[in-house]
Amino acid sequence: MSAAAQPRLTYREACRQAIRAAIQADPRVFLMGEDVGRYGGCYAVTKGLMEELGEARIRDTPLSESAFVGAGIGAAIAGMRPIVEVMTCNFSLLALDQIMNTAATIPHMSGGQFAVPLVIRMATGAGRQLAAQHSHSLEGWFAHIPGLRILAPATIEDARHMLAAALADPNPVLIFEHVMLYNTEGELDPAVEGVDIAKARIRRPGRDVTLITYGGSLFKTLAAAETLAGEGIEAEVLDLRVLRPLDTATIMQSVARTRRVVIVDEGWRAGSLSAEVAMRIVEEAFFELDAPIRRVCSREVPIPYAAHLEQAALPQPETIAAAARGLARPGK
Amino acid sequence: MTTKVHLDRAHGLHLLREMLRIRRFEGKCAELYQAQKIRGFLHLYDGQEAVSVGVMQALGPQDAIIGTYREHGQAIARGVPMGPLMAEMFGKLEGCCRGRGGSMHIFDRSRRFLGGNAIVGAGMPLALGVALADRMQGRKTVTACFFGEGAADEGEFHESMNLAALWRLPVLFVCENNLYSMGTPVGIAEAETAIWHKAAGYRMGGEAVDGMDPVAVEVAARRAVERIRDDGAPYLLECRTYRFRAHSMFDAQLYRSKEEIEAWRAKDPILRLRDWLEKAGHLHPADLERIEAEVDEEVAAAVAFAEAGTLEPVEELDRFVTMDEVPL
Repeated sequence: MSAAAQPRLTYREACRQAIRAAIQADPRVFLMGEDVGRYGGCYAVTKGLMEELGEARIRDTPLSESAFVGAGIGAAIAGMRPIVEVMTCNFSLLALDQIMNTAATIPHMSGGQFAVPLVIRMATGAGRQLAAQHSHSLEGWFAHIPGLRILAPATIEDARHMLAAALADPNPVLIFEHVMLYNTEGELDPAVEGVDIAKARIRRPGRDVTLITYGGSLFKTLAAAETLAGEGIEAEVLDLRVLRPLDTATIMQSVARTRRVVIVDEGWRAGSLSAEVAMRIVEEAFFELDAPIRRVCSREVPIPYAAHLEQAALPQPETIAAAARGLARPGK
Repeated sequence: MTTKVHLDRAHGLHLLREMLRIRRFEGKCAELYQAQKIRGFLHLYDGQEAVSVGVMQALGPQDAIIGTYREHGQAIARGVPMGPLMAEMFGKLEGCCRGRGGSMHIFDRSRRFLGGNAIVGAGMPLALGVALADRMQGRKTVTACFFGEGAADEGEFHESMNLAALWRLPVLFVCENNLYSMGTPVGIAEAETAIWHKAAGYRMGGEAVDGMDPVAVEVAARRAVERIRDDGAPYLLECRTYRFRAHSMFDAQLYRSKEEIEAWRAKDPILRLRDWLEKAGHLHPADLERIEAEVDEEVAAAVAFAEAGTLEPVEELDRFVTMDEVPL
């Protein structure tokens, strides 16, 4: 790391530092994807890295998601530690077969002969008026698949350190970076050299209600908690961080403390990650609950272009606070 | 490794034996399927033996192979032992994949046999990655990627051909054109039925070869592999072949005539090589008897191995869903 450590940096810069450090630390690591090199990345995450690290380690690919994701799997099997960038999770559907039918199956299907130590990074989420083919949150779909680890870094620290942990994992790891987080700024504690990719984290302690969320919804949820605090409701904010496998222990501990739960997920509600989290709570902590579980999810629509419609489709601090209020003060 | 093929007695008998090993192994598989020892899908390779046997002659142990779901022949020709192969189809722990993969998913790490793959075309991107990784790690290898002509219908074929050519990846693309994607004739699926012509669109070298002639396949494969090792660029080898049996065990074959099948059976690669070797004075009736007896013995031993195999304890069902470490 450079001697003049920045006290504050953006999420985007944290991602870039993570990629640079990973490639410098291990000759097996390289990054490939659409426009990651000359262009510097669709969200400018990799700006300057090709010039710095060379074309062999930062590889521009054609618009062939299935081929370059599959090539990442093949390279992982043959001894490399590839990072594949898929521009947005909406495009990852073009590579879904490779992720699901190849990456996630080969270890088990081969009787443990092969691991797939591959990392796939992709942008997720709405908020930039990119309309229905660039704005969806599909991480919950991937969290359905056995064999994958699914990460959703929300903080600067996780953006900076989750990648190294993902590369050290012998299994395919998908990292979902919410598009509205790239410009967020925060401090990075230089004393922290790494993070786990197994545990959820309490981002704000509270006793009255647990708000379970992750990724781009974390800061909306924290804002809601701040509003609620002004009304005398102490909300605990739990950042899942890892969407598969779920850290149910941390969830259940929080539920046992607050006895009320709101799940906030920018994914759709039906057949979703939020449904899975809710059901785990029902299965494991039903008798701890004092109230029904509530969910704040995206509306069941393709995310529209017009700003007012887009915002209306997404979870917002107000809707999150309202859901929590309804639980913590029943009847009001 | 040389591009020259010396079809002397020893090599001729070797090719014949390799094809017979596949044919007899699969004949037994069909029987065992009827006897319900093997279940699921079973795609037999009968008729296509010359392709795998010919191509494998051009590859060394350092090279990698990506197979299809019709990959028993590819695996046997690569040297995957018949015992674990048969045990795999029996669903036994002693199978090469502990019985998890079955007929369509044969893997053998020690032979760089990187899988039967039952998603048509999906092995092609994988081959790119293996070739790229080998090159980045300084290994001078060739990755041979087998696929049927049906894979040319898939977008992944075009993505992979393009990327392989663009990055000059050392991949030998082996198209086993057996004229039918299950029941769909190539003529109603492909606007250009000469698959090798598509290579030109990617500035890639390519050719078609008689896939019913192991010597022709071997000659072409050696030449292609030599060329790939020299200049690093990929190559497309279309092997024109035919499967004598049904697509799988559930196929009534209403899409093709008995006459057509008989016409192709007359080109049986095993009979053709046998006749040629006999005429050239390389094969004596005693040789054939001996080879057939040895092959039958190998197949019988494989069946006995599979029969004697055990079932993986159900407690291990979750094992390897995720790996604790990357196997070395």
